Amino acid sequence: MKRSLPLLALALAFPLAMQALDQLFYVSFASRVLIYAIAATSLNLVLGYGGMISFGHAAFVGTGAYVGSILVAEGVTSAWIGWPAALAVSAALAAIIGAVSLRTRGVYFIMITLAFAQMMFYLVNSMKAYGGDEGLTLPQRAELGFGLDLGNEMVFYYVVLAILALTLYGLHRLIQSRFGRVVVAIRENEARVEAIGLPVYRYQLACFVIAGAVGGLAGALLASHGKYVNPNVLHWLQSGTLMIMVILGGVGHLWGGVIGAVALLSLEHLISDYPIPWLAQLAPNYQQHANLGVGIVLLAIVLFAPQGIAGLLGRRRRARA
Amino acid sequence: MLELRSLCKRFGGVVATDDVSLEVSEGEVHALIGPNGAGKTTLIAQISGSLPSDSGTILFAGADLTRKKHYERVRAGLARSYQITSIFRRFSVLDNLALAVQARNGSSFSFWRPVAAEAGLFDEARSLAEEIGLASRTETLAGNLAHGEQRALEVGLALATRPKLLLLDEPMAGMGLEESQRVIALLGRVRAHATMLLVEHDMDAVFRLADRITVLVNGRVLATGAPEEIRAHPQVRKAYLGDELAA
Repeated sequence: MKRSLPLLALALAFPLAMQALDQLFYVSFASRVLIYAIAATSLNLVLGYGGMISFGHAAFVGTGAYVGSILVAEGVTSAWIGWPAALAVSAALAAIIGAVSLRTRGVYFIMITLAFAQMMFYLVNSMKAYGGDEGLTLPQRAELGFGLDLGNEMVFYYVVLAILALTLYGLHRLIQSRFGRVVVAIRENEARVEAIGLPVYRYQLACFVIAGAVGGLAGALLASHGKYVNPNVLHWLQSGTLMIMVILGGVGHLWGGVIGAVALLSLEHLISDYPIPWLAQLAPNYQQHANLGVGIVLLAIVLFAPQGIAGLLGRRRRARA
Repeated sequence: MLELRSLCKRFGGVVATDDVSLEVSEGEVHALIGPNGAGKTTLIAQISGSLPSDSGTILFAGADLTRKKHYERVRAGLARSYQITSIFRRFSVLDNLALAVQARNGSSFSFWRPVAAEAGLFDEARSLAEEIGLASRTETLAGNLAHGEQRALEVGLALATRPKLLLLDEPMAGMGLEESQRVIALLGRVRAHATMLLVEHDMDAVFRLADRITVLVNGRVLATGAPEEIRAHPQVRKAYLGDELAA
């Protein structure tokens, strides 16, 4: 945790530097990265620590995004209502999806979480009152009060940063707690946890609900950030993107979600905004296929650093010590 | 203390447990022996609750546990060890035991307070480590222990739940002579405060520890009795013990 202080200082200074350089776009971009970091961190709780390979995390992020957006569209602009509401509705949805999915294991669990998320995707697609497949454009971001204008990119960035910091600290506490030990133990040896007298199902469900709730909050932030939401936020590609972030960053590592979000979104941005001349000559529209590059990097990570970037950094630190 | 009435279990066409009735009385060490494939492990799984029974009744300490879940039976005082070592390999020995103590001791729906701050859990885990002979190995990852040490931890995890009845599925499986002697000594100490149902192939251990023995063949109880009776039982000798004891 102490090691995180320089990172925090960097994150705090970043928008000031960008403002000085007159590059506010990057502040907004960084906010998006941090929101994805929250979402990926919540997935890392179920996937990395809990060992539950949920392929439907977009259901919770997307539901949170829609709950937040619908409330703003209906004139309930207070973030103090919208964000907790997004959190609560996503938690309730996670309780339902989890209650059914967690009765299955292995590939069935992967498929059933995916199926639930796709059901939500089609449900939202058919909500004509809220834009249907065209999505919903919001007149403004949510309002925080206290003189903090979330419409200001700087303010929005710092609010998101604060929520990410709280999420990480919460996860740090959670995995050291009794509950966290049980969740990790279930990942290691489910039958044995049952055999020492603990109801595996209940712990997994609670873990799933917590992750879903935090995912929902990330969704509400995401919708506020873009002042726009469309059904793609619930699409399975979104679930896949979050999974890639976790794998890239480090499965079951506190910083995995953050590192993965920063790495993946930066990589996408670099590939699509900074053309490589010789490659552009060879394949003129390669930049529209940024995912090809991302795929190659992911392949390299899985093959050469199965613990993700966090594991790679940890190994180097240990080697130096 | 434990009473099984007409317990059955079928896997497709194979009858693994065929109308087994059995009584384990309080304080005794009851050994369950039989040739490979006799259904000993299946029976242990049915009693512990990891495998549901097709029919029959399981009574334990006056309560009907037949429909209770595995973890509920553990809480009622029925713990098991596994034939194939089942421990938390990436946890230290101390963390393995502390988790099992935690499971018995208060709610684990505690999300904020670090476990490391709970001295009580680790004190008890340490004394358990001592009891099972792993006092010097508490910080070692369970996966890095020697085979015999892992088997001891396996028993330790069951002991940590403070069982009234301990179901031990071949605690000495794959052990050398010296390690076996250590486990026999451990079980000798444990019998002072727990009843045991012991599945074991090591006849030396069985005849040294058991007060009563039940012989299982093809999922059926062939005989139950004191060690001398079993030793003398003609059908048992024919079906299982063979020449080993005739010598």
